[in-house]
Amino acid sequence: MALKDILTPFTVWKNVFKEVVSVKDPLNDRPGAARYRGFHVNDVDKCIGCGSCEVICENEAIDLVAVKEATLGNSGLRPMVDYGRCCWCALCVDVCTTASLRLTNEYTWVSENADDFRYIPGVDAKPWDNNELGWKKPEPNYHFYGEKRQDMGELHPEERDHSFIEMIKGFSKEQAMLEADRCVECGICIAACPAHMGIPDYIKAVREDNIEEGFKVLYDTNPLPEICGRICTHKCETVCSVGHLGEALSIRWLKRYIADQVEANDYKKILKTDGITNDGKKIAIIGSGPAGLSAAHYLALMGYSITIFEQFAHAGGMMRYGIPSYRLPYDQIDKDVNYILSLGVEIKYNTKIGKDISLEELKFGYDAVFAGTGLHLGRSTGIPGSDHENVYQSIDLLNKITEDIEIYVPEKVVVIGGGNVAMDITRSMARLQKIKYGKVGVIATALESEENMPADREEIVEAREENAIVNPGWGPQSIEIKDGKITGLHVNKCLSIFDDEGRFSPKFDENNKQFFEADMVVESIGQGMDLGYITEDVKKDLEFGPRGRVVVDEYFQTGVNWLFIGGDIIQGPDVIHGIANGHKAAVGIDKFLNK
Amino acid sequence: MTIKKMDTKKNLFNWTHDRSKYPEIKENGEADIDLTSHKYVKIWHGPNHPGVTGNMALELTLSGDEVVHAKTHVGYLHRGFEKLMERRLYIQCFPTCVRLCVAEPDYNEYLLARSVEELDNIEIPEAAKWLRALSLEMARLATLLRTVPGQAGTLSLGMGVQWGVYLRDLILDLFEELTGGRVYHMYIIPGGVRGLLPDGFKKRMEEVLVKIDEFQKKIDDLIFTNAIFKKRTIGIGVIEKHMVDSYGVVGPNARAAGFARDVRKDYPYLIYDQLDWDIFTLKDSDVYSRSLVRRSDLRVTVDLIRQIMAKMPDGGDIRAQTPNVLHWQIPKGEVYVRSESSRGEYGYYVVSDGSKTPRRVNLRGPSYTHAVVLLEKLLVNANIADVHSIMVSLQTCPPEIER
Repeated sequence: MALKDILTPFTVWKNVFKEVVSVKDPLNDRPGAARYRGFHVNDVDKCIGCGSCEVICENEAIDLVAVKEATLGNSGLRPMVDYGRCCWCALCVDVCTTASLRLTNEYTWVSENADDFRYIPGVDAKPWDNNELGWKKPEPNYHFYGEKRQDMGELHPEERDHSFIEMIKGFSKEQAMLEADRCVECGICIAACPAHMGIPDYIKAVREDNIEEGFKVLYDTNPLPEICGRICTHKCETVCSVGHLGEALSIRWLKRYIADQVEANDYKKILKTDGITNDGKKIAIIGSGPAGLSAAHYLALMGYSITIFEQFAHAGGMMRYGIPSYRLPYDQIDKDVNYILSLGVEIKYNTKIGKDISLEELKFGYDAVFAGTGLHLGRSTGIPGSDHENVYQSIDLLNKITEDIEIYVPEKVVVIGGGNVAMDITRSMARLQKIKYGKVGVIATALESEENMPADREEIVEAREENAIVNPGWGPQSIEIKDGKITGLHVNKCLSIFDDEGRFSPKFDENNKQFFEADMVVESIGQGMDLGYITEDVKKDLEFGPRGRVVVDEYFQTGVNWLFIGGDIIQGPDVIHGIANGHKAAVGIDKFLNK
Repeated sequence: MTIKKMDTKKNLFNWTHDRSKYPEIKENGEADIDLTSHKYVKIWHGPNHPGVTGNMALELTLSGDEVVHAKTHVGYLHRGFEKLMERRLYIQCFPTCVRLCVAEPDYNEYLLARSVEELDNIEIPEAAKWLRALSLEMARLATLLRTVPGQAGTLSLGMGVQWGVYLRDLILDLFEELTGGRVYHMYIIPGGVRGLLPDGFKKRMEEVLVKIDEFQKKIDDLIFTNAIFKKRTIGIGVIEKHMVDSYGVVGPNARAAGFARDVRKDYPYLIYDQLDWDIFTLKDSDVYSRSLVRRSDLRVTVDLIRQIMAKMPDGGDIRAQTPNVLHWQIPKGEVYVRSESSRGEYGYYVVSDGSKTPRRVNLRGPSYTHAVVLLEKLLVNANIADVHSIMVSLQTCPPEIER
């Protein structure tokens, strides 16, 4: 012990003359740091109520409560935070699928009312609502779930442009499991799907490599998974919450993956439908499209005796006769259809109602009738020259291609129309030209501008990859005919399609004209329904709504109680609405017959 | 059991032992304390006592003012965090795990994240490694700023503690900037970290480090060259060399006994192999040498933070892409990961059964051995006035004992 040890501690006295530093007022001297995890705010317009915040909260401090009207892609629910439970870890912010939820950098909040500390951010006004600082989703490259889709393998343009073999290859097991891992299981997709498929459940089955379970989930609501797994309009993907900050899940391809893994022979075993007997009341179904097949499937499971009347030689309706086989191969349609037939469903091909057998006969021969006859009548533009023999309706051509009937394939073709059917015929003609001439000469033109074209984006891109020209934004004026032969199509630039009141009234720029050379014009501007089979006797009891659609109730029952109508002629047009209609009608028919 | 005499040569003021005062030791090793003999007094030191860091009780049997028997009682903080984690997704465990040691939550975050990454074979981005090391060293610094002068605080010299706690607050300000939290930072998560350095952070950090440099000089004068402090700490609470291994003594407590033990050197993790420092050891193993070792740790930590700030990359990815955290199933297996906390080796043993939640998370905290078995031995012979000085010199953290 030295003298130093006794003296040096006294040097601390020199601090008496120093400025006092230990008195701090953090609220006033320094606001919270820019990243501070303070109190919740939520942009309720951006939030879709997916509930990921509620799921990840380890303290169960977040409950989703109804705040808004639910719409497609928006549950209408919003998080309510309980500050008696919250630990301010901000995992809810990090997982938020829309980046709407964040924390401000406020330090304190005083209230005498304990209930105040349970509130709905963004709805219950708080002093910090406009504070921009605080904890936000971290950057860069900080994702709690995969942001990008798994790449889907497809045939290269040069491999596919001369054949009708399927172009999408499908997921491998690894790809499917990685894709399924991206799902946050919010279920926003279920509400958007017309058939309300159990999407998160079958995605979970893929993730857990439990194909049988996934397959059962598919068949709960959709008896055409191979078909829907390929050509569904995937409204689920449009609303997918993961798609808000990244790419939506490939839900359609995952469905296809499950269906592809199951052999046709195993269907009955997995779905436990071996013991189905069909000895109940008799039901007639008109049309073997998605609605008819779906109704047949669910009615067969209920034990009814089903007969389908199909005007063509094969089942599938527009799925077979409207969709080219490079998108939906016929053997995949057969796989789905054959299973439904194996449930005891009888199908009468080449039988058109109103021609081979009348609706009256069905009324007396069966206990109920379901009609899903689809949209098979092509519409014409009615422009000068459209009555020429080489002006075709796309749907007629697609029918013929399916039936393998030879069609007229010139070197130059113009397609009028901007929807998926227009793209189907464009790409089919391009393939036929490539086979015949070794080159492609198709121009697809549409009234709509490129960004407003109703066709799926990938259809347009793939058509161009196959060397078809897609030149939208032009209104057809006349088809020029010289010496009895078509030479081309005159078009004017389209300025607007609808008038101020939203009615169809296209306006053209007379000074901006173009001429598309062509030997053949294909019109693909939509299809109409043919209700010619409904006899006057029945028609007088039916009610008709806008655009000539028959009015039906929620179970697709018409004013004539034994007649149910569904599918494209009621809703859609697309496959998944047909499936949903058929399912609901099956329930309705069961109710009707057992009341 | 024999109770070793303390080395009295170093401290003339140490009293000599009169063995007759002590109770008989029974065959089972327990002291035979007959309170009706009026020779002994039993008192409770804690659980609520200003000298106890966290809630822990010492049941002391005194003869006069000498401790003749000590028993550690824990259980006042038990919230079953390890068990709670078995019911939570891995990502949900990390707001829970920080509570296993309140003073240094970052080590829990790091070890849990590292366990998950080891089990699932995930390599984290380079920037995240440096940021993790930075937050771990900042946590060590924040702890040492409180603990080093705190040793004098246990002997009623509170001035240094006030300086230290002020500086600790400045470090917490920096933590707030970097991590968004002051106490529970929740910054290190499986796959990486939750943010890059904010703009101007290095400059503000250096400003604080300069203040800490001044502080180090001041506490040298106030505490480490202080006759009273020396007399109250030299020769007190000696951990005998042979006890180090048998009692699992680690960290500064082992270094003060001459063992050059430091997980950062022995089993380098993160970027510690790229940093330069020496392990400081002493031989005497008493309260004073443990204080000096921590004093040296403070200097080294400031130096390491400066090295990290100089060498770390400016930007880059902060998190590796992991499976979706909501369904993340960790492959079956078990792992033990360790780090050097301010108290010594701090380890996590994690068992996964291949599901989304851990099968078992077990913390190996230094306080378990230091504050329970070791402290009970060290307190025998001690004066009642030195009890919490000895306890604090072991840097006891009760939450990590009862997790």
